[in-house]
Amino acid sequence: MTALSPRRRVAVGVSELTFIERSLRRSVRNVDALLMAIMLPVLVMFLFTFVFGGSIDPSGNYVNYVVPGIILLCAGFGASSTAVDVAGDMTTGIIDRFRSLPIPATAVLTGHVVASLLRNLVATGVVVVVALAVGFRPTGGPGDWLAAISVVALYILAITYLFAAIGLASSSPEAASGYGFILLFLPYLSSAFVEVSTLPSWLQPIAQYQPVTPTIEAIRSLLMGTSMGNNAVIAVGWCVLILVIAATWGAWLFRRKAGHR
Amino acid sequence: MIAVELRGVRKSFGTQRVLDDIDLSVPAGSVFALLGPNGAGKTTVVNILATLVAPDSGTASVGGYDVRTARDSAKGVLSLTGQSVAVDEVLTGSENLIMVSRLWGLSRRESRLRARALLEQFDLADAARRQVKTYSGGMRRRLDLALSLIRRPEVLFLDEPTTGLDTRSRRSLWAQIRDLRSAGTTIFLTTQYLEEAEQLADRVAVLAGGRIVADGTPAELKSQVGEDVVEIRSADDELLGAVATDGSVDGLHRAITQLAEVAQPDATVSLRSPSLEDVFLSLTGPALQQKEVQS
Repeated sequence: MTALSPRRRVAVGVSELTFIERSLRRSVRNVDALLMAIMLPVLVMFLFTFVFGGSIDPSGNYVNYVVPGIILLCAGFGASSTAVDVAGDMTTGIIDRFRSLPIPATAVLTGHVVASLLRNLVATGVVVVVALAVGFRPTGGPGDWLAAISVVALYILAITYLFAAIGLASSSPEAASGYGFILLFLPYLSSAFVEVSTLPSWLQPIAQYQPVTPTIEAIRSLLMGTSMGNNAVIAVGWCVLILVIAATWGAWLFRRKAGHR
Repeated sequence: MIAVELRGVRKSFGTQRVLDDIDLSVPAGSVFALLGPNGAGKTTVVNILATLVAPDSGTASVGGYDVRTARDSAKGVLSLTGQSVAVDEVLTGSENLIMVSRLWGLSRRESRLRARALLEQFDLADAARRQVKTYSGGMRRRLDLALSLIRRPEVLFLDEPTTGLDTRSRRSLWAQIRDLRSAGTTIFLTTQYLEEAEQLADRVAVLAGGRIVADGTPAELKSQVGEDVVEIRSADDELLGAVATDGSVDGLHRAITQLAEVAQPDATVSLRSPSLEDVFLSLTGPALQQKEVQS
């Protein structure tokens, strides 16, 4: 047989690219999950605009309020599927093969996360198009849109990386999807669907300072022209903090945790 | 040159001590078989050497690289084919091979060529473009081994490589292992099949209760059991008892006397050389041969 040892130095980024390619192939082949990832956000948006919207805001403008919240809620759905994917890798032998290769400890997770980010951005795009069709009338210019998309992408990246690490830490795909539930709950305790001032006073500080509210307010400000304040700074700060913690935790888990079957 | 070495390795999971002061060394270019009953800790030994699990104490090295202090260098010279098949079911066979080739630093073009050559070599060319979830157990095992041979490793770990394979697949895997050995790869395998160790291994160690209870060439280990084994079988070829002897007339006489207690009217007696199975049972079980004689 051809002897290809000793090993060459692997160029920076090749492992990550290889894993992104792997995860994208897996996404495209899992048609049911891909359809679900795109349909669910649209259905949730219909639910909030047509079913709940009338009673929350009888003026009929609720769609203009709720779209940023829907986008973040759905980012959570998309991210939680990453936890299940990563936990799935742990239950097949393949994670041990990857762990025995001389590759960066974060590469496998990065592959899952970037593929999930791309899936999620496609879903976000579909939600925005459908929202525009049912009366969403944003006022932002192209620069505002670009900034809003960047904030959305950063938020998705951070929360997805966190879910990927949770997937690594969980004992099974079922457990991974269970842990994700808590994080999926966060948008309901924010300014996503109702204004923070309408919440009971003990809940208001939690809603005000958790990561979802500043992120939503930053997107709202960019797209709808509401006041920005320091929401963008706080949102970016939260996302970067979550990303750093998740990446560090994920790399540590990858080095330490053997697959379990 | 020593390819694999363990010195005073201990490992516990929680309060359960799995490995208790393991010493092993495997010369480069040989085939080494680690035997042991289920749960003896064979997989833990392999996982420590493949850098997947850190030992609690002691040192382990592969290709001269300490698996803790020079982990990446050790990873660079070893390949692992674990107990469960480590392939991506959603990808095709070809995609799996290209993926792992890329992770080893081959260019896209080199990866495609390498994948094609390995698919050919492992008789998977026809299934190259099919998703692995459509593969049979034997095909998955072959792909799994091919993934460990993207580049020829200095040390190849095979953890129960033939479990669940049919006879034909097992024989062809044995042939692959012999080829690799002649190409200079050191092979460290665990197995439950004594025939496999008998067929392939230059040296054998038996792991039981977290300790190495025997270590040597198959011939050395067999001679520890005795010169010959006397067996007594019923008319329908059921083993009624077996006793190891020292090869002397007196010894044989004693053995026959012992076996007479379990003899049935039409039973037959035969004399054979000890097998690794006798070694294994005498080391890992309560003395089975005696028990059978007494029962």
